[in-house]
Amino acid sequence: MIHQYKNNGYNIVMDVASGSVHVVDDVVYDAVAILKKSQNDLEKPEKLQDELRRRAVDELILASYGAEEAQEALDEIQMLIDEEELFTKDIYQEYVADFKKRKTVVKALCLHIAHDCNLGCKYCFAEEGEYHGRRALMSFEVGKKALDFLILNSGNRRNLEVDFFGGEPLMNWEVVQRLVEYGRSQEGLHGKKFRFTLTTNGMLLNDEIMEFCNQEMSNVVLSLDGRREINDFMRPTRGGKGSSYDRIVPKFQKFAKSRKGKDYYIRGTFTRHNLDFLQDVKHFADLGFDQMSMEPVVASSDEPYAIREEDLPQIMEEYDKLALEYIKRKKEGQGFHFFHFNIDLSQGPCVAKRLAGCGSGTEYLAVTPWGDFYPCHQFVGREEFCMGSVDEGIIRTDIQDEFKLCNVYAKEKCRDCFARFYCSGGCAANSYQFHGRITDAYDIGCEMQKKRIECSIMIQAALTDEANP
Amino acid sequence: MKHVKTLNNKTLKESMKKGGCGECQTSCQSACKTSCTVGNQSCENTNR
Repeated sequence: MIHQYKNNGYNIVMDVASGSVHVVDDVVYDAVAILKKSQNDLEKPEKLQDELRRRAVDELILASYGAEEAQEALDEIQMLIDEEELFTKDIYQEYVADFKKRKTVVKALCLHIAHDCNLGCKYCFAEEGEYHGRRALMSFEVGKKALDFLILNSGNRRNLEVDFFGGEPLMNWEVVQRLVEYGRSQEGLHGKKFRFTLTTNGMLLNDEIMEFCNQEMSNVVLSLDGRREINDFMRPTRGGKGSSYDRIVPKFQKFAKSRKGKDYYIRGTFTRHNLDFLQDVKHFADLGFDQMSMEPVVASSDEPYAIREEDLPQIMEEYDKLALEYIKRKKEGQGFHFFHFNIDLSQGPCVAKRLAGCGSGTEYLAVTPWGDFYPCHQFVGREEFCMGSVDEGIIRTDIQDEFKLCNVYAKEKCRDCFARFYCSGGCAANSYQFHGRITDAYDIGCEMQKKRIECSIMIQAALTDEANP
Repeated sequence: MKHVKTLNNKTLKESMKKGGCGECQTSCQSACKTSCTVGNQSCENTNR
């Protein structure tokens, strides 16, 4: 499958199955567009058929390219085919058949340390921390059992990931500290390495917490939506008194500075109320943050802040503008990392990882304050997805199997999508929210995802161009 | 080549040979929590 597009003056041709990405001139771009109407995907390199090649050259000449130029373009396309970098066939479907038999291990937990929150964010999928249920804090005992479960069920995996999540995890800080200490004490005994991360709204951050996190947390995700008025509108304090932005931003600035090479992400959510979210990303950069993410809100279409299909053209334009700003600042030596533009074309995830997807329900589980397991944090509170508990282990292996089989080939919408090896079929929770099953796809999310991938690749082309003009 | 600049080669197919070690980060543990961002992750296979 070929996907081709133009962005910021670059003609980009993606050979989806091989993962190859080419930046081409106009004549090759047009030649590929002509050929792909008739050329099948190939399991092995083959010569382009004479008739097809002749017709392509004729069409190019008609489109006012010179004969020699057209022949050269076809020659280079043939070279790419010979290298298995163009018109390659997707051969992974058979590879994925083995996925049904694979034994999965658990390598990551999202610990819901607190089902309570000190902000009243309007779009919160956790319903202000309570996840359609009651307020609760995780005890040390439940957390300890969760870590033991992870160690026991992680097979040969060395790196184990634990995210302290909520609600707001700093509302149960002491337990977080004790669990980190417990985890560290187990590493040597079991040959494991814990990677702890924390997702926080920052309201309770203080110097002591920052210092602990800088020692122990490999990444901290700091929630903030951007400009003051944008942030405070969707992220009001409980009771609506005062600005959450004013309380949080100075702490986040101090925290980010103190990370000293360790990861952090300022993570925003944009909604229908700030479709000009480039301004918020720029605001982050101007505040001195250099690692950031800006996620589209996922919300039921009857919410006034939900992103609608009609908003997509504006959002696409905004991503284009963001990509240009990203390149501009990079060239000026004031670059920043934008999470959705992170793409490693040469050393990215292997095909097995891309087929397996996010790992929810298999490699990745969420744990509620009282110790129940769910496929991921977004399924918490949907009782039908409760898979077991820290005391019983995984009881509902049928749910585990359902998630294990959920890959790009199980999703009709993904089979012919160029983005399938980048998003791996998208988010199961989003699919469930909009279609009532995990093997569908959240269509508006797909459109934005595709655009972000196109922008990321264009950025790579532009930065490569800069390095090797 | 005169008309083509290749940004990366057939990395996906190549990765079938030595992939699947599973040491890489789970995508929702990084920064998203509401979308699937497998393609944004890095490979951590030391034998690749």
